[in-house]
This record gives sequence, structure tokens and C-alpha cells, in this order.
Amino acid sequence: MTFKTARTGGLALLAIIIAAAPLGFSNSYFYDVAVNAMFNAIVCVGLNLLIGYAGQISLGHAGFFALGAYGSAILTTTYGLPPLAAMVLSAAAVGLLAFVVGRPILKLKGHYLAMATLGIGIIINIVLKTESKITGGPDGMSLDNFSVLGFSIVGDRMWYWTVGVLLVLTVWLALNLIDSPVGRALRAVHGSEVGAEVVGVDTSSYKVLVFVVSAVFASIVGSLFAHKNGFITPDIASFFHSVELVTMVVLGGMASTFGALIGAVILTLLPQLLAAVEQYEAMILGAIMMGTMIFMPKGLLPSLVASVKRLGGGR
Amino acid sequence: MSLLKVEKLSKEFGGVHAIEDLTFSVEAGHIHSIIGPNGAGKTTLFNLITGVYTPSSGRVLFQDRLVSGMKPYELAALGMSRTFQNLQIFFNMKAIENVMVGSHLHLDRRFLPSLLRLPSVIRKDRQCRESCAGLMEFVGLVKYLDADAASMPYGALKRLEIARALAAKPRILLLDEPAAGLNATESREIDEVIKRVAATGVTVVLVEHDMKMVMGISDHITALDYGRKLAEGTPAQVRANPEVVSAYLGAHA
Repeated sequence: MTFKTARTGGLALLAIIIAAAPLGFSNSYFYDVAVNAMFNAIVCVGLNLLIGYAGQISLGHAGFFALGAYGSAILTTTYGLPPLAAMVLSAAAVGLLAFVVGRPILKLKGHYLAMATLGIGIIINIVLKTESKITGGPDGMSLDNFSVLGFSIVGDRMWYWTVGVLLVLTVWLALNLIDSPVGRALRAVHGSEVGAEVVGVDTSSYKVLVFVVSAVFASIVGSLFAHKNGFITPDIASFFHSVELVTMVVLGGMASTFGALIGAVILTLLPQLLAAVEQYEAMILGAIMMGTMIFMPKGLLPSLVASVKRLGGGR
Repeated sequence: MSLLKVEKLSKEFGGVHAIEDLTFSVEAGHIHSIIGPNGAGKTTLFNLITGVYTPSSGRVLFQDRLVSGMKPYELAALGMSRTFQNLQIFFNMKAIENVMVGSHLHLDRRFLPSLLRLPSVIRKDRQCRESCAGLMEFVGLVKYLDADAASMPYGALKRLEIARALAAKPRILLLDEPAAGLNATESREIDEVIKRVAATGVTVVLVEHDMKMVMGISDHITALDYGRKLAEGTPAQVRANPEVVSAYLGAHA
């Protein structure tokens, strides 16, 4: 019951916030930052399925994000495909790649899995940098607007509404999945793999499934990001971008869809807010991260929810 | 009819024979207990039967089908389920969700319907939640229906594992020390639960140190020592066996 109200209530609140936020936007810069925050939020909601719910780790998701972006760039500019088709094809290819590499590496656990996924990210980054005939190398690639059936998305406002709708849709899908037989199996993998196996959960397949799903989320956002920015470089596949994505999930709250979303928004906005004290930006950011992990090890949202419950004298 | 047959089963760990040339069978509908001193190989035997370990040699037949080498989740689909001596609870989930994972094989597990939360998925999930609540009641966990697994006491978690295993609708249920760490009252309650499970037609294989419980509820007992079969028979026969008495109960020779 509580889960159901959290689902519909949370979704409604998210939709209201997205709809109302532009009232406080005074120029297109606000829209631009908000779109980037929502891009990150979509990736993190997907990544949280892997990290927070299924208890696995990936330090290579920026690679999948970048493959989506480059897939769209190459297919639309070099091969002249329509953007939507390019996005779908790229996502399918990334899904296939995640499936092929996921099968062997998801047998690994903990630090070893972190190392293996880190390797994938680094390889993708190197390939994008060195295959300059296809990818433009370190100089990057430029792309046209995203358009569907002759209707193109131009300007920060139109992007804001498009990505806003996509974010609500993503959160809805994630919440659906978590509260289904598939989602319970994923959470069971986190809880106890052998415990899940003996009641019939094929744990290795579920790990691969969630790895593929989170990679596809990242790829789709990568495609959209590329079109919105109009220009991409191999830096989007960097190790730091992967770490940033994981940090957003951990900061906001693992195994909490809205937590991952909040983590993504905070870590996108914070550097903008700290721009005023530019030379101390990295230090303050680091201090906030450390403080959060020391005092709220479960992440922002789950810790806040728990303390509200305690104050209310729930149990 | 033998539901489960273990034939010349052996398992070595780096030269140590945890199970050696073990043969026995479990009759359908029985409560069959495996007893033996600590380190006799009881848990290893469970891990071999349920596919957690692969045997070094020998074989396991379940419903006359060769199952050694199969994965635990494949065995679950054939109707074999188990609990663990050291709990394997999903502490990141609610108690009832733990049991619902148990009915995994009997639900619609397709990805897209789950992702889109189709009405058919919602309906089956609601039925599943109700039947799992029924199972929690069956094992005596009514007051934990809304609890997080992480907030439950040890004794209740032991029963939660039984409820989860039952949710898989097994033909055979292997219980690894269900009464370990429980006080006398809790042990008696587990005793009752096992009898009720057996009464529903599920074959039970039990590893247990609580001799009062074992002697009271077993139809058949296999006694192990150092990975080998020491004796078997009815509780009365095993109790009277001098080798069992000296190895297990520690008589002065």
C-alpha cells in the first residue's frame, strides 16, 4: 500500500516539479542546466537498477553513454539516417555489446567487477580517440538537431519539455520494474545469490539483463545529449564521467529511484552554484561528498526518509 | 517410491573427503533426517544434492532423473527447494517480498509486461502477495506481514526461509538445521511447522542436531560420520545402533 502511494505520489510530485520549475527560470541558461540535470537523472535511474537494486557495480557506463552519442553522430552525419532511427540502432548495438561483455564479466564480484567495467569504459574511450577516421578523434564530431518526422527539437525550452517527459516516463518504468517479479528477482540477487538460486532465480541471466537495461538507458541519453549539444568529444567516455555517474547514485541513495534522481540533480547543480567560489569548487564538492557518506551512508533520500520516520515515532 | 536417490556420491576438497561413496534414497512423503557429528558432511551433502556444489564422482537422481551437475535454479524448477543453516535471507527486502521471490517460477517473469506493469502482471502479483501472506501465516509469521526482513529476530528468519522455500511449491524440501540457535519453545514450533509441511504431501529431508526433534518426527534416518554412511533405518533402529551411539552420542568405548 505504502509502495503504491510512494509510486503515484512520487511520480505526480516529479511531474509537478518539472512543470512548475520554469516559473523560476529567468533565462535559457537555467533551461540548459535543468536539461543536463535531467539527462543525468535518466542515466542514474537506470544505473541505480544495476547498482542500488541488483547490487552490482559499473565504472564503465560513461562508455555506453558515449557509444550512444557517437552512434547517433556517425549514423546521422556519415550515413544520413534519421535521428530517431540512429538513436534506436545505437541503443540496440549498445545493448548487444553490454550483453556480450556482460555475460563473462558479471561472473565477477566486487572489486573485480569494478575493474572489469572500468576496463570497458577505458577501451571505449581509447577507440573513440584513436579511430579518428570514423569518430573524428580528439577533435570530436558535430551533429544536427534531433527531429522526428520533420518536427525538430530546437532551443532549450523545447528540449526541457521533451526531456522532462522522458524523465517522468523513465521513473515510471523503473518503479514498475522494481515492484514486479523481475524486480524482486533483481533485488534478491543483491540480498543473497544462492538464496535466490534455490527458489528458481537464474541469477546470472538477471545480472546480465539489468546490465543491458542500464546500458541502453545510458545510450539513449547519450544520443539525445549529442543532438542537444550539437558537438561531442571522446571526453564524454572518460573514467571521470563514469565515476561521476556512480557518485550521483551513491550520494542520492542506492536502491531508491527518487534518491538516484535527486543525487543526479544535486551533483549537476552544485558545480554551477559553486562557480562563484571557483578556486574552492573541487574542495567544497569533495567535503560535501565526504560529509554525506559519513553521516548518511545510505545516501541522501533514504537517510532523510528514515529520520522523518523516526521523528514521527513510526516504530 | 524413491523420490531422491544418491548413488556412490563423493566430494573432495583438496584431498579431504567431505562425502565419500555415499548411497541412500529418500522415499516420497517421508520425513528423512540426516544426522551426524559436526563436520560429518551433512551440509556438503545438501549442497551436492541442491546443485550448489558439483560432485567429484557419483550421481544424484531426482524423480528418476539425473540431476547432479544441474544448477540450483534448474533444480528448483523440477521441484526441489531448500533452506540454509547460515541464513540466506534477502535483508534488503520486506519479509513478504522474500516469500514472493520464492514464487518466482510461478509468476509472469517476462521483461516487457513487468516494465509496463500490465494489468495481468498486477493481478498475478496481488494473488501472489495473498498466497505468500498465507504461507507466512502457515509458518507462524502473521505479525511480520509488513516487516522489513532486516528488522526480524533470528527465529522468525528461520521460518521465513521455510515460507520462501514453500512458495516455490516444491515436491521435496531440504531443511538445513532449521532449529539451530532456537530455544526450546521455538524448536517445538519449528517441529510443528515441519509436520504440517509433511502433511501437505511435501517430502522433507532434514539435517538437525536436536535429537529430540529428529527422533520424534522422522520416518527414516541416515547417520553420517566423516562423510560416510554409518547407519540407517527407523529412529528406533538408529538409536539402538552401537556405532551411532559411540560416534554421535559419544559413548565411552
